[in-house]
Parts: sequence; C-alpha cells; structure tokens
Amino acid sequence: VKIDVASDKCIGAGLCAMVAPEVFDQSTEKGTVVLLTPTPDEAQAADVREAAHLCPSRSITVRR
Amino acid sequence: MTEMASAAVSDAAVSDAAVSDEAASGLPFFPMERDARCPFDEPPAYRRLREQEPISRAVLWNGRKVWVFARYEDQRTILTDPRFSADLRRPGYPLLNTQAAVLEGGGARSFVFLDDPEHDRVRRSLIKEFTVKRIEALRPRIEQIVDGALDAMLAGPKPADLVKALAMPVPSVVICEMLGVPYADHEFFQEVNEHIVSREVNSGTVRDGHQELNEYLVKLVDSKREQPGDDMISRLLRDQVDEGRMTLEELPINLLLLLLAGQEPTTDMIGIGTAVLLQHPEQFAELGTTQDPKFVAGAVEEILRYASINHVGIRRVAAADVEIGGQLIRAGEGVVLVTDSAARDEEVFDDAAQPDVHRGARNHLAFGYGVHQCIGQTLSRVELQTVFRALARRVPTLRLAVPLDEVPFRHDMNIYGVHSLPVTW
Repeated sequence: VKIDVASDKCIGAGLCAMVAPEVFDQSTEKGTVVLLTPTPDEAQAADVREAAHLCPSRSITVRR
Repeated sequence: MTEMASAAVSDAAVSDAAVSDEAASGLPFFPMERDARCPFDEPPAYRRLREQEPISRAVLWNGRKVWVFARYEDQRTILTDPRFSADLRRPGYPLLNTQAAVLEGGGARSFVFLDDPEHDRVRRSLIKEFTVKRIEALRPRIEQIVDGALDAMLAGPKPADLVKALAMPVPSVVICEMLGVPYADHEFFQEVNEHIVSREVNSGTVRDGHQELNEYLVKLVDSKREQPGDDMISRLLRDQVDEGRMTLEELPINLLLLLLAGQEPTTDMIGIGTAVLLQHPEQFAELGTTQDPKFVAGAVEEILRYASINHVGIRRVAAADVEIGGQLIRAGEGVVLVTDSAARDEEVFDDAAQPDVHRGARNHLAFGYGVHQCIGQTLSRVELQTVFRALARRVPTLRLAVPLDEVPFRHDMNIYGVHSLPVTW
C-alpha cells in the first residue's frame, strides 16, 4: 500500500501514531503527522487502514 | 437590578418554562431520561430514535428547538463538515444551561468553541504538548501517582469511596503537574467545575465561579512570566505567546479548558468504568492477569465506548443550509449529536449493549470526531489504562460495597458517571 499524509490538515489527535507507530509519528516541534514509512508492507496494511479511518481530520490517504 | 434578578433565576425555573413549551410544541425534551435500573445504558428512547427516527426534533432546557441525530454515521458526517459551526456565540447554537450563564457574563471562549481558522491557530499552538510520545513519557509518573493513591486507599478504612480515593485525585494531580498549576488549590477549581457541569445549579454561581477561576489563571500566568518553570504554562508563554501564535489574553481561558477538561471527564470515566468492570468480574480479572499492554489498551477503548459519560451530546449550529440523510438543516438551526446513542448503534457495533473487553473497536465517538476531537485523548487513555490495570492487578478482590441500585449515578449532571463508588476488597 501507498500512503499520503496532509500535515497541514492534521490536528494532532495522535490516533495514527497510536494505531501504527512503525508507520506514523508526530513532529516534536509541531505535533502534526510525520510519515515514517510511505510504502508499508501488507502486514501493516490493516493498521494503516484503521489509522486512516480513525483520523479525525481525514489527513491520511491510503492507495493500493 | 434587572441583571441581578435574571442572574438569580435558577435553571430549574427555566426548565419549568421549557416543560410548558414542550407541551405546546409536542416535542420531547432533550436530553432524555435514563432508566435508573439500567444505569450503564443510554436513555431507552434513543433506541427507538435510532431505529425509527434517526433525525428528529426536540426542545432544550431553554425551549429552543434542535435537530437530534441518533445514528453513528450521521454524527461522523456532521463532525467532519465545516458548514456546522462550534461557535457558541453564533445565533442558534444549542447552548447548555451553564454555557448560557458564562456567555451572559461576557466570558471569553476557549478554542473548542471557535471555528477555523481561529480554532486551528490556537489548537496548533497546543498539540505538541499532547503527542503520543510526550504523553507516553509521562506514563511512569502517572503510574506512580496511581500507585500512591491506591496505597492510601488500601491503608484506609473499608469500605472506601473510589471516586474520592482514586478517580478525583489521579487526573487532578496529573493535569496540575503538566500545566504547572498548584495541586494545593484543587478544592477551589473542583468546586467551580462541579457547578459548570451541573444541570441544576444557579446561573449566577456558574458565572462567578468561571470568572473567579479565570482570574486565578490570569494571576498564575503573570507569576510564570516572572518565574518560569518546567511546565506547560511557561512553555506556552515562551514558545507561543512570545512568538505571536497566541495572545497573552487568550492563554488563561484555554488553560481553564485544559485544567477542567483534564479532570472531570477522566474522573467520571474512572468511576463508571470501575463500576462496569465490577459488574463483569471475569473481564476485570483478565485485566489483572494479562501481561499484554495492547489488551489493556483495547479494554479501555471498550470501556470508553460502552460507558458514555457525555449526557448532552456534541452540539453544533448550521452555518449554511445543509442536507444530511435526506433532511434539510437550515442555516442557524442547532443540531445535537447524541453520542451515547451512537455507542449503541448496531449498524456499527455488534451486540452493542454488551461490554466486551475483547471487542477491539477503537472507532467510538467518546472523544468526538473531526477537527475538534479531544486534544487530551492520549493523556486520558494512559490514565485510564494505568488505573484499571493497577486496580485489577493490585486489588483483585475489589467489589461494590453496596448493591448497584444504591450507587449514586450522576443523573443530575451534564457529564454522567457516579458521584461516589463505595467499594470494599
């Protein structure tokens, strides 16, 4: 899967970093989303999709 | 004189006016009553609304008509639609009794009652204080605070009130340390808060308490300016106010929000969550024996879903004409999203009326959704994980000291939970 994040839309709820910490982090300076792994493997796909679904500002886009 | 007289009108009197208005309009009163025999469930009328009338009309305490949304999906849709405003000064916003009181007094608004771009600017100046990593770094200290409170409870007489022994002090000490507010003053701000979340308090009392707490925080900010410490207030002054992202005038009201929102809801979740677990001893026991932090985290998500403490819903006012679920909502009309109904929506949660710590669903609306979703949710999660895990591990024989129907649930408050929880072990 391939992921895009929009840190300008991100409101720092932190759900992505909670659900998929290998893929998403938060900037120390801004608190907004930082993408650690733009193309996570299949084993991480379920967590990534859940993170995208939970994201309250809809800042995560997942593509196949 | 007129102002004093109107301040002296209690909300109980206003409620009476609303009841006669209800009779005139034929609309039900919102929020509806819970069934005292099923204290963990949403008001029974919400099931009928979900199934038969997911978008309906009701009247509030002040006689204002609102749209009531009972289903999960509609609520998520509205919470991500910027045409619904969170600005409580906008005409038509469905105010709570206590918000109306504060507003009448000319009280300032914290960022949760602003729309973008103002909301976004203030929120952005706060979020780095609440990242998952920052909060995880506090976990050892939170464990220490929980253990200290538990030590004291276990050393004291039985039965004990778990609310006083654990649910109140833990979140209060934690948020005070984070912000840099002296915990020694907790009785003062807890009393103010008790008025702010009450459905029945005199509006003058709410207004005065709010103002007094705001003034207290203005003074505290001044003293941090003179003598900065290693705390959030000092950092916000240095990194946000001095850098021009937030004004000095905006700081106290936002601190007031963080101070109160950091305590009351977590206190209520600890109280009612413990009550839930004690009704399901096998689930409580599993929390005590597990070695898996992910299981503990999952159990907390389920308690957040199952035991809804938001009794009054999430509120917005339409800033434009919007069609939702085939219903036209006109600009200026108020909407209420009934999150305790969403938590029981069978379209989303199988067997929703049953708590199940193995459910593994994190998509509840306990922290809201959309750009206003709770900024302190990670902190709340870590506190709840620490408390429930410590209780189940250290006090496996914990049980209610009175029958469930003698536990005083908070039917009289805008935020639900238990006033006290008599326990023994």
